[in-house]
Amino acid sequence: MIDAPSSTWFTTNPHWQWYIVLYFFIGGLAGGCYFLAALIDHLGRVEDRPLARLGYYVAFPAVLLSGLLLTLDLSRPLRFWHMLIERNTFEPMFKAWSPMSIGSWALLAFGLFSFISFMGALAEEDRLRWPAFRRLQWPAFRTTRPPAVTGLIVAVLGGLAGLFVAGYTGVLLAVTNRPIWSDTPLLGMLFIVSAASTSTALLMLLAQRYGWRALPGVAALQRMDGLVLALELLVLAAVVVSLGSALRGWLNAWGALLLFGVIIPGLIVPLVLSWRQRRFTEASIATMAALVLIGGFLLRVVVIFSSETI
Amino acid sequence: MAEPMGFYTDTTVCIGCKACEVACKEWNQLPATAGGANTMSGDSYDNTRRLDGIHWRHVKFIEQFPESRQDGRWLLMSDVCKHCVQAACLEVCPTGAIIRTEFDTVVIQSNTCNGCRDCIAACPFGVIDMNPVSGTAQKCTLCYDRLQNGLEPACSKACPTDSIQFGTISELRARAQKRVDQLHQTGENRAYLYGADEKMLGGLNSFYLLVDRPEVYGLPPEPKMPSRNLVPGSVYTVLGAIMVGLAGLFSFRDRTSSLGTGPGPEVRP
Repeated sequence: MIDAPSSTWFTTNPHWQWYIVLYFFIGGLAGGCYFLAALIDHLGRVEDRPLARLGYYVAFPAVLLSGLLLTLDLSRPLRFWHMLIERNTFEPMFKAWSPMSIGSWALLAFGLFSFISFMGALAEEDRLRWPAFRRLQWPAFRTTRPPAVTGLIVAVLGGLAGLFVAGYTGVLLAVTNRPIWSDTPLLGMLFIVSAASTSTALLMLLAQRYGWRALPGVAALQRMDGLVLALELLVLAAVVVSLGSALRGWLNAWGALLLFGVIIPGLIVPLVLSWRQRRFTEASIATMAALVLIGGFLLRVVVIFSSETI
Repeated sequence: MAEPMGFYTDTTVCIGCKACEVACKEWNQLPATAGGANTMSGDSYDNTRRLDGIHWRHVKFIEQFPESRQDGRWLLMSDVCKHCVQAACLEVCPTGAIIRTEFDTVVIQSNTCNGCRDCIAACPFGVIDMNPVSGTAQKCTLCYDRLQNGLEPACSKACPTDSIQFGTISELRARAQKRVDQLHQTGENRAYLYGADEKMLGGLNSFYLLVDRPEVYGLPPEPKMPSRNLVPGSVYTVLGAIMVGLAGLFSFRDRTSSLGTGPGPEVRP
């Protein structure tokens, strides 16, 4: 402790472990996939609509799972509502300067938007044909899809909420006093870019699984993945530089995992594959997407556990 | 609000008897062991090892002995929550469980805490941790219940050497400064006060007289507020969002034809 590189070394770890790692990954996918779906809704061609729907089909279950993971991580899960309602006064609980407080509300708002878009996608495909759905007028969710104005508004607001959910987690870590997390202000930027790369990879992987390789939106996603992977590599380099003396926290097995589990296989190899994609088969695109997803997951493992173990 | 109250701990007169630890546990009905597990440090008389959810007082044993053992000293310090004027735990707590009392102390309400543990990560001193019995984050309350009834906190009441002194902050600061001057006059020029002025988190309502660097006592030399990263972290995140948005626009730039009104081709996931 006497030779601690930063005052953050004198703090206690909050026991944020696998539930939080999984939430950071799945929440990032939820936000990222919704954002991509909204992007495709606004900029894609008509034949890309299934791809947009796919994004919404991923986002809603993922955000539900995110809420579940966060609730399970609480030491008193039944008190999850204390995040939103003040327990003694029953007034709304909101602290604009506490990322966890804002994040709880953002997750709720994003959950609402992803539910609307999820139902809209089902309605668009006429999958709400059960009598129960009909009685409740749920097929009316069709109006929540573009080009209807309500659909465009929902997609824009939901897309912004999705980006928020994908990025605030990094700010949450920075707004602590823990080693590494609070020694750089760049984790939010890293997480949002990583959420974009993993979500793009997931949609590409699923599109390939459903045989949609020929859709123009898939080619655009491939281009985008190359761009955000390059961006992620740059942001990660900036994180390393910004850590300064606190980089000591990564000069160990976690740093090795970052290099050999994230940077090389999860960023550099997929980047090379994406630049040379025309020479590669569909299998290599799937490999690339899988590597990005595994790398994105391991990135969160390294960020969380490298600090937790100090 | 009543006048701010707190502790002044003169580490030079602590004898390591741990009466404060025992008094704290007795009054606050804290378990002696964590679920029956009694973990020993194995290399020190200090078997409490750290502050956590069931140890709200911790007498630190800092053993400064050279290899030759010809010289050396013990530094003893009874550590506790600092009840910071600018409290990091209170700042981040998303449930409002952490409050500032009328005595300017910081208290976690166990009936409101849901165990998110954000306060543990935020505390610059590593004071807070989970209490496995209540399933909530806990720490010293500066005996809020005793204060409300006009009583002195259990630890300072039990301290046999007055190493832990309780009182109003203004009175304690004056008393502590006198003690520093006295030590300087007797040749102990290393004596200084840690956290007694507003420079450190607005002032620590539990401050210390130390005779070595803070880090020797396991105290951060520069404790900071978590919110220092809120604005820069948010700005960089927004910048990241803009870059992702631009990457999306650039990637989809040659397909700006408008969407059709129909449901699209009959392909389903």
